[in-house]
Amino acid sequence: MEIFDKIKLVFLMSAILEIKNVVKKFISEKKEVLAVDNVNFYVKHNEFLSIVGPSGCGKSTLLRMIAGLETPTSGEILMEGRKIKGPGAERGMVFQQYTLLPWRKVLDNVAIGLEIKGIPKKERYEISRKFIKMIGLEGFEDSYPYELSGGMQQRVAIGRTLANDPKIVLMDEPFGALDTQTRTILQNELLRIWNKDKKTVLFVTHSVDEAIYLSDRVIIMTARPGRIKDIIPIDLDRPRKRNSMEFIEYKKKIVDKLKDEVLKTYNMNNYSI
Amino acid sequence: MNILKKIIMPLLGLLLWELLAIWLNNPVIIPPVESVINILMNPQTSVLGTGNLIENTIVSIKRVISGFIIAGIIGIPLGIFMGYFSTIMDLFDTLIELLRPIPPLAWVPLALAWFGIGETSMLFIIFIGAFFPILLNTIAGVKSVPKILIESIETLGAKEKDILLKIILPASSPSILTGLRVGAGIAWMCVVAAEMLPGSNSGLGYLIMYAYSLSRMDIVVASMVIIGMIGLILDRGLKYLENRYFKWKSLTK
Ligand SMILES: Nc1ncnc2c1ncn2[C@@H]1O[C@H](COP(=O)(O)OP(=O)(O)OP(=O)(O)O)[C@@H](O)[C@H]1O
Ligand SMILES: [Mg+2]
Repeated sequence: MEIFDKIKLVFLMSAILEIKNVVKKFISEKKEVLAVDNVNFYVKHNEFLSIVGPSGCGKSTLLRMIAGLETPTSGEILMEGRKIKGPGAERGMVFQQYTLLPWRKVLDNVAIGLEIKGIPKKERYEISRKFIKMIGLEGFEDSYPYELSGGMQQRVAIGRTLANDPKIVLMDEPFGALDTQTRTILQNELLRIWNKDKKTVLFVTHSVDEAIYLSDRVIIMTARPGRIKDIIPIDLDRPRKRNSMEFIEYKKKIVDKLKDEVLKTYNMNNYSI
Repeated sequence: MNILKKIIMPLLGLLLWELLAIWLNNPVIIPPVESVINILMNPQTSVLGTGNLIENTIVSIKRVISGFIIAGIIGIPLGIFMGYFSTIMDLFDTLIELLRPIPPLAWVPLALAWFGIGETSMLFIIFIGAFFPILLNTIAGVKSVPKILIESIETLGAKEKDILLKIILPASSPSILTGLRVGAGIAWMCVVAAEMLPGSNSGLGYLIMYAYSLSRMDIVVASMVIIGMIGLILDRGLKYLENRYFKWKSLTK
């Protein structure tokens, strides 16, 4: 028994984030929606963890609770052992929606986190330019968001979050609006930063391929109410080859598990009133 | 072609006016165009011993600016706090809703009773006129700030102060400027009305009433033209600012 406690302790010490029995119910006058139902998992320091699951299964809700924007109906979320009470700079988030400030140029959008931290203009612009280069938008520093395409805006949002140097990066389908090539480039950039800056990434995606390419582990969620169906560790060396046998094996396995859930979502929508 | 379309109706109006003036031949009812233009072309000559047109115009403008600035200084911060903090909204909302429908001029008797005849009463009326559009547009601006923008900078470490200064204020400034533009228009109307009150002895409103009592309709109309032009310039100027500084607003999908 003692040995188990010890193992658990070592385990928890390496966990940056613990999600414990988390339930989220949205209650309005008309109806109750159970979005997330008793979810348990942890994220290790410096881990790259992805979440896949059918549309509407509660992925964004889960991320928003970790970001501190939503409170769990029950259960708790611990960041480095402390209960999350609200949003904070150590948990940066890239949203599924467009969230750039339309009155700020790209450079000032990327720099806003640093501005809030009180970092002097010269320094924060220097850092921001580095990240603008990383997201492939050099030359667009002085453009306004309305002058950019959706995918470009999303890249700026990624740059803004990364420039703020959070301990854990929450990303909600950040590459959804991008073409395959840009997507691949940004996936590699993200891996590079993750590796270099020893970040922890929690990444929501619809693309199984993307999840396997990037992650140490992939969480598969069930159809709504979202529960954890399975957690698959990806034991492949990086950089990963998408056409390798092992990669394709993983893909088959995860797609299979997902398929049932996606079908359930469909049926649920068809037959529920 | 376009410019022609824009000026054809005013020119026709002017022509009709002149024809009527000639036909009636009674300057107390319709003063001929040239007599009005004559007054407007010589704004520095004293009219009716009340100072010249320019002086009277400046007096009116100064009053509007003072009342308007006070309305802005109170209306904008109050609007931001009402829009952002629901407690403050709940506290002030009913009071504002009750006072808002009262026309500024209905306040005249109270203003006279409280502040006596003179500048303060006029400022008060102008203040009332400008205050509500500024307040209500500010509130609407704050309320329309997308929640996700606030949330997104909260995850970058923003606290209440940052949210107010870096999101709420810039996001609602186009709406605030609209409020200022509408408020300025109403303030300008109020000053003219306030200057017509008993005891007033300067300003365009006063000039109109005084000229009327002497049956000098040419001066009345000349003053009206100035009032119209200044109102137009005010509106266009603020619209220009809106387009120039808040282009992002109309261009953001
Ligand atoms: N603020 C809210 N009020 C009421 N219901 C909500 C709210 N936010 C989310 N929901 C509901 O919770 C469920 C989960 O939503 P969520 O956005 O987390 O799904 P998701 O997994 O991110 O889906 P997608 O992949 O399409 O982005 C949905 O049924 C949604 O309708
Ligand atoms: Mg989502």
